[in-house]
Amino acid sequence: MTGIEIGAPLAREEALKLRAGDAALISGVLYTARDAAHARLIELLDRGGELPIPITDAIIYYVGPTPAGPGRVIGSAGPTTSYRMDAYAPRLLDIGLRGMIGKGRRSPEVIAGIKRNGGVYFGAIGGAGALMARCVTAAEVVCYDDLGSEAIHRLTVKDFPVTVVIDAHGNDFYEIGVRNYAEGGMKP
Amino acid sequence: MREIKTGAIVDAVREMCIEANRELPADVADRIRAGGGAEPWPPARDTLEKLVENFEIAHREKIPICQDTGMACVFIELGQDVHLSGIPLAEAVNEGVRRGYAQGFLRKSVVADPLRRRNTGDNTPALLHVDIVPGDQMEILVAPKGFGSENMSRLAMFPPAAGERGVKDFVVETVKMAGPNPCPPIVVGVGIGGSFDRVALLAKKALLRPLDRPHSDPYYAAMEKELLERINALGIGPQGFGGLTTALGVNIETFPTHIAGLPAAVNINCHVSRHAARTL
Ligand code: SF4
Repeated sequence: MTGIEIGAPLAREEALKLRAGDAALISGVLYTARDAAHARLIELLDRGGELPIPITDAIIYYVGPTPAGPGRVIGSAGPTTSYRMDAYAPRLLDIGLRGMIGKGRRSPEVIAGIKRNGGVYFGAIGGAGALMARCVTAAEVVCYDDLGSEAIHRLTVKDFPVTVVIDAHGNDFYEIGVRNYAEGGMKP
Repeated sequence: MREIKTGAIVDAVREMCIEANRELPADVADRIRAGGGAEPWPPARDTLEKLVENFEIAHREKIPICQDTGMACVFIELGQDVHLSGIPLAEAVNEGVRRGYAQGFLRKSVVADPLRRRNTGDNTPALLHVDIVPGDQMEILVAPKGFGSENMSRLAMFPPAAGERGVKDFVVETVKMAGPNPCPPIVVGVGIGGSFDRVALLAKKALLRPLDRPHSDPYYAAMEKELLERINALGIGPQGFGGLTTALGVNIETFPTHIAGLPAAVNINCHVSRHAARTL
């Protein structure tokens, strides 16, 4: 697999260089969170508590993996649909979250949050969880163990394949890609 | 009268939950491969190649194709000359799901209450449908259904005047609204007719028919073909990055309806369009 090699956590200057449509390979540490974990994080912020993950420059992966079978680090681990986290994402972006990995469209509020903070929204291939699990070299539960698959996990990844969907300048590859394809065979 | 012990149903359901989540049906796999070969657009070709690689890895490493191993939709056709003995049928099905999801290392994605949302921890209950049919056999089909695509499904109660055109536009519009969210390339199940509740079931059952088997009525077979062409002309493409392969197939199921109504439902499934079947 090919793509721009980037690290996680991801500095703002690095995020600013990415463009919608770029293929990227992420190596480093990702934190997982879905609906239930996001609700808890926001509730915690509302109460003035300290987040259980280092949020500055972090990349959150919207995933609820299948349990790891014998001898495996993780089960299948592809992205879940991102719009369900739209209600929470701007708040996290404003306190330092750099990137999100998921699939599907984002709300205007999330796109505004990405632009305001120099963030980035990556798309991973929905339904390719077996393929992506191969890039996960370590996985451990950080908190919210009672949520099972929805607990916050710390994943160490190597060359995790993603596409830049919404860049820090607000370009959206879901629009650009479809348009360029319709206009006929231009390079993405 | 033939006797079937419900313990056999537990075993069959357990096996099918695991198998369906690991092995993509051949008709779906073939369409994904064929789609990749036909794609003029590089991001689309690349995505479809990765999807093929993905289901091959799942098969080889015996892990789920997708991490959303779904809610277990179980369809049973029960011969009326069968006598079931042992624990009640619904309990047997749920026990099969419980064992399958535990032993197969599948994700438990069911909450006990839709608003209070505590996970049941074992992926039960199943969504069970039973039809009584002639004969002394029992056909069981397990279709784990992911909700990324389920959430993009729609239902409408049209007036009869909306006609064929109204229904077709509704199908295409539903796919367009869904865009990249349901993990395209998708499989589109369409129900037409019946009642409010029946039309949704028709759409779900449409997803169970193999993609290489068109509707037996030439009128609806032509409509399936036309809808597939219109959907793929949208250009959404695999993952929504543009391309030819937005849908792998469109299947329609119909039922008689009331003089005042024209119900229509669209049940979207993703490329991980899974099911396994057994006859007891
Ligand atoms: S929509 Fe299908 S492919 Fe996508 S995450 Fe859900 S089950 Fe997997």
